[in-house]
Amino acid sequence: MLRYVIRRLLYAVLVLWLVSTLVFVFLHLSPTSVERTIGGPRASTETLEQIRRNLGLDKPVLVQYFSWLGHLLKGDLGQSYLNGTSVASIIANRLPTTLWLVAGAGVIWFIGGVASGVYSATHPRSGADRIITGTVLIGLSLPSFVMALVLLYVFSTKLGELGVHYFEAGPPLQEHFFQRMILPWIGLAFLMVATYTRLTRGSMLDVLGEDYIRTARSKGISERRVIYRHGLRSALTPVVTQFGIDIGALIGSTIVIERVFGLQGVGQLVYQSINLGDTPVIIGVTLMVTLFVVVANLIVDIGYSFLDPRVRLA
Amino acid sequence: MSLLEVTDLQVSFHTADGEVHAVRGMSFSVDRGSTLGIVGESGSGKSVSTQTLMRLTPGAKVSGTALFEGQDLLTVSDDRMRELRGAEIAMIFQDPLSSLHPLYKVGWQIEEMIRAHDRKISRDQARKRAVEMLGLVGIPKPDRRVDDYPHQFSGGMRQRVMIAMALALNPKLIIADEPTTALDATVQAQILDLMRRLQAEFDTALIMITHDLGVIADMADDVLVMYGGKPAERAERRTLYYRAHHPYTMGLLRSVPTAAGGGDRLRPIPGQPPSLINLPTGCVFHPRCEFVMDRCRVDEPTLDPAGPPPGADGHDPSHASACWLPHDAVGLGEEAQARRLAAAEAGRKGKGAKPPEPPDSAGKPDTGRPDTGPQAQGPDTGKGPEGPDTGAGTQEPKPKPKGPGGAPDGGTG
Repeated sequence: MLRYVIRRLLYAVLVLWLVSTLVFVFLHLSPTSVERTIGGPRASTETLEQIRRNLGLDKPVLVQYFSWLGHLLKGDLGQSYLNGTSVASIIANRLPTTLWLVAGAGVIWFIGGVASGVYSATHPRSGADRIITGTVLIGLSLPSFVMALVLLYVFSTKLGELGVHYFEAGPPLQEHFFQRMILPWIGLAFLMVATYTRLTRGSMLDVLGEDYIRTARSKGISERRVIYRHGLRSALTPVVTQFGIDIGALIGSTIVIERVFGLQGVGQLVYQSINLGDTPVIIGVTLMVTLFVVVANLIVDIGYSFLDPRVRLA
Repeated sequence: MSLLEVTDLQVSFHTADGEVHAVRGMSFSVDRGSTLGIVGESGSGKSVSTQTLMRLTPGAKVSGTALFEGQDLLTVSDDRMRELRGAEIAMIFQDPLSSLHPLYKVGWQIEEMIRAHDRKISRDQARKRAVEMLGLVGIPKPDRRVDDYPHQFSGGMRQRVMIAMALALNPKLIIADEPTTALDATVQAQILDLMRRLQAEFDTALIMITHDLGVIADMADDVLVMYGGKPAERAERRTLYYRAHHPYTMGLLRSVPTAAGGGDRLRPIPGQPPSLINLPTGCVFHPRCEFVMDRCRVDEPTLDPAGPPPGADGHDPSHASACWLPHDAVGLGEEAQARRLAAAEAGRKGKGAKPPEPPDSAGKPDTGRPDTGPQAQGPDTGKGPEGPDTGAGTQEPKPKPKGPGGAPDGGTG
């Protein structure tokens, strides 16, 4: 087990290096000029030149790359081009918002998806099953920004309680935490609930057709126990696996929800940094997201061996 | 009174393709401590019928009665059924790998069943019982194996675990659905041996479902041969092997490797089992039958007594067969074969190519079976002594009319 984890971590380092290098190369090929952003539209050529020199952008790309890599190995993600604050502290500042957003939405979509999936699977072709599968189809085909805007419109303009002012960027997260988070949570979870309902329903229907479910029934245990203890226990394995992967991947894809609801999370940070051409921040966020995905996958794989005794890690 | 008395069980399923008539009228009884073998091809209704008794076939349309110690399994409440399952009637299934839950330890799975029926028993006691049962079915070091998962056992050992589970509550009846089909031959013999020994020890009745007549030969007291959702023949085990009446049963006997003997080639039954949605008219077996007569195509035979009459040598009161051939033409012997062929010959109106559905057939039920004996009509008066063979000299059957489904004639025997 330990050897497996170590091997996976070494592999993760390789992935991180590859991803960061690719991002570095692409960003330096792109035509955005950060010196123009900093200097403003009327800056002279000399000023722009000066800015480039200050940021080290005048040196050859390879030199820049190895200097950046050297810092990275020491755990230094560099400084923002714009205000010189360290990338690490900028991310650390933004990360809690995104983590709360994803975690809260994760709880909602996991519970919601599994509950409706199980209900649907145990009442096949019932009215409720049809309604659930129909809603799932809507959920799957609706882009998340549409859902987010609908929520914002319905709850913020029609209902005073969850007013628009909660979604203005700026105030610290603790202020009106639930009022501010509930709509983003729902907005983010909506599509995922649909996915998870489908996943759970399919997995559950497969499992309920298994021979060992028939055995369980023939043993004379209660139907409830057959469904939850025997059926759901097996059906959850693929769902939990998917959950781990999705949580990891979602950290990097909350841009839309954060934009719509004015949350100052990592998603917003990426959006702003790309607009401004703040390369060190973009690379820093990319590395962080990659790390989350890799770690989430590792946890899923290790967790799998606990969920299913047939799986041995080696 | 029999332990289990099933009368006219019918099971059908509604599917997109139409109504599937899985079981079309099946009656049998099982006595305490005895073994009933149910034989048939896949799709003959043997598994569906027994799973219906346990009410494990959701969505099925069921009729008939199944009295287990006086209570009708098909109508008792769900709660009562749950009490019966496992405790009074246990099941053993075909594939021991897929029949045990892969994510739980085998001991836990046995304990769960014990505790489901006896809330007072402590976890420790249930575990002791599980270990004891595992030991009883011949699993070495049961106190350690009890904490292993199913995938850590071999196929034969897994089936032993299933048997241990089935016997854990000392049920009155065990339904074993192809318990050895998924195992290789040597293990198969061990498992059958074990079942026989434990059955005697626990005095449990057993319904043994199989497609393998060899298994039945080892185990069963009585045998029920199923075809197309109906019993084709019913008899004591010895009767079935030595005095089979139904052509399907004889086909099964001839397709058992050991029964072929003497370097004979195996003779498979030609054709396919019938579709349970569009059943053939008349006798369901007629498209595959080498003795098919005109009336077989239109008239479905009833399960009537067969074999030598009462008092005669080899009489078996339980022997019954659903076939229009002479009641007393039984067994694989040459003489009986000749009489069957003769009867089949006589039962065909036009020799040579003849349209399959004779329109006049409905008007001639009075012909009865083309029995060679003079008094073949009464269903339960025995058949008289053998009459003169009307066509004793006819060794070769004439070319048969083409069956409705282009039924292959196969070897003419």
